[in-house]
Amino acid sequence: MTTLDSPPTVSNMAKGSMTLFLGVGVLLALLIVAKTTSAAMAFHGYIMIFAFTLGIVGVINLGFGKGGRITAEASPAGVFYNDGVIKACVIAAVFWGIVAFLAGDILAWQMSYPALDLGLPWTNFGRLRPLHTSAAIFAFGGNVLLASSFYVVQRTSKARLAGEIAPWFVFWGYQLFIVLAATGYLLGITQSREYAEPEWYVDIWLTIVWVVYLLVFLGTLWRRREPHIYVANWFFLSFIITIAMIHVVNNLAVPVSFTEPKSYSLFSGVQDALVQWWYGHSAVGFFLTAGFLGIMYYFVPKRAQRPVYSYRLSIIHFWSLIFLYIWAGPHHLFYTALPEWTQTLGMTFSIMLWMPSWGGMINGLMTLNGAWDKLRTDPVLKMLAVSIAFYGMVTFEGPLMAIKAVNSLSHYTNWTIGHVHSGTLGWVSYVSFGALYCLVPWLWKRKELYSLKLVNMHFWISAIGIVLYITAMWVGGITQGLMWRAYDNLGFLKYSFVETVEAMHPYYIIRAVGGLLFVIGALIMAYNLWRTARGHGDAVPIGQAVPAE
Amino acid sequence: MTHQDVANFAESWGLAFLFIMFVVAVVYAYWPGYKKKFTKAASRPLDEE
Repeated sequence: MTTLDSPPTVSNMAKGSMTLFLGVGVLLALLIVAKTTSAAMAFHGYIMIFAFTLGIVGVINLGFGKGGRITAEASPAGVFYNDGVIKACVIAAVFWGIVAFLAGDILAWQMSYPALDLGLPWTNFGRLRPLHTSAAIFAFGGNVLLASSFYVVQRTSKARLAGEIAPWFVFWGYQLFIVLAATGYLLGITQSREYAEPEWYVDIWLTIVWVVYLLVFLGTLWRRREPHIYVANWFFLSFIITIAMIHVVNNLAVPVSFTEPKSYSLFSGVQDALVQWWYGHSAVGFFLTAGFLGIMYYFVPKRAQRPVYSYRLSIIHFWSLIFLYIWAGPHHLFYTALPEWTQTLGMTFSIMLWMPSWGGMINGLMTLNGAWDKLRTDPVLKMLAVSIAFYGMVTFEGPLMAIKAVNSLSHYTNWTIGHVHSGTLGWVSYVSFGALYCLVPWLWKRKELYSLKLVNMHFWISAIGIVLYITAMWVGGITQGLMWRAYDNLGFLKYSFVETVEAMHPYYIIRAVGGLLFVIGALIMAYNLWRTARGHGDAVPIGQAVPAE
Repeated sequence: MTHQDVANFAESWGLAFLFIMFVVAVVYAYWPGYKKKFTKAASRPLDEE
């Protein structure tokens, strides 16, 4: 068989400089352990020393004794794809997904029965909540995006990932970021910025990892054998670049000392709030939307075996989405000290976003044109299609809630929580599950999944869970909003605050049950993927004869 | 430079910039010469492996 590349190798120069970099990391971590007065930061120092040392061993071990040769198999087209790192991302995504969903459901039960916080500082709602949000967005979503972007950029460029150490550095460096963030929350380290709670030193680490991710992605595009860059890669690239930008700006801060966790933001007052929500909503737009749209534009056509419905629409979808999303943040700050024109700007851009969002939704769904019958037989495609339907619903609800008059009812209520979760559970998680169900057989070279019946079970159990969740939060949220603004005929508030809390109790229980179903669904998926990787059931290895019936 | 200057800039040049970018994207997407390229690209995920 002819191959397009020679088998991949790693140079001693690259190994040497990486070892040096990690060595400096060990020294800095030692310095933190020696000087800090914070037990939690010292603990982080030990984790870093451990991780960097393992990293050095891993780097030296790479291609050791084989003259720098990396074990890799050429694809049928003759490309040595780097699938090892993608497998690692897939495993991490499934693991962190279960952690995130479980943490979320524990919180849901805590909301229903507050005694479940056990009276311990580490299991307190305020510490567990960022663990849930970060685990869901960054650990689960992030690893799904790493896996799918690495897969898609290689396949659509017909080129191996750039660098041998760099992709692995991105993977392990990102896991280290997650561990530092999560343990920090439980131990009480936070800078109290929504979805950006890790303190300055963890932020710096993530910046380094993210820049390397960008370089790996760009380097792979640079090596591409196809003249045109496929649209999914544009979405991935905009996701990587924008997250780098908003992460750096939002986290500009001055630490009180280089060996203490506490830092102060460069911004204050309403400017601080705006930067925070410019970050927050752009993270929604570029992490939870653009990145996952990249997944949609590759996995839906691939699974349905149909071309993208309209490639032209995908181009307009891309450019209008990225130009509008970055401006929507002020809709989180209606009726605050933020200048009126800025609030109006946020509202206007949020409403305009409806168009590209629905353009994308239509493009995704219509890609099934000519393959609609597959929805009956292929539960994976059903999951992908339903994720796009949820994307459509949630991007209709979002602009609606961004209208100031509607927001005056919905803001601070559970309606917002319901909205967010129809996006994260219905859209982000479902499209991720669809991608994972595709990726595992492809990466482990299996003919099929272990069991499509289990996929169908996962689909229905979690779909019921999502419906329970979002309907409970809609009804509960609107009830809450109406109770807050109810007056009696003398102009006094009709309900005390605690009465509005009591009214939420049944909805919180329904939500927690819905969340539990979602966790059960994810466990079924983990089992199914595990059996698939092992080659059980229908998941026979490709090329192996199937016994006759 | 006052707050008003920044706001005026955003309301005029900012608007023009975003609108022109949108027109450029539409013209690019519908440029007749690219039709073949885009039709081919729409099937890119279906290429082997």
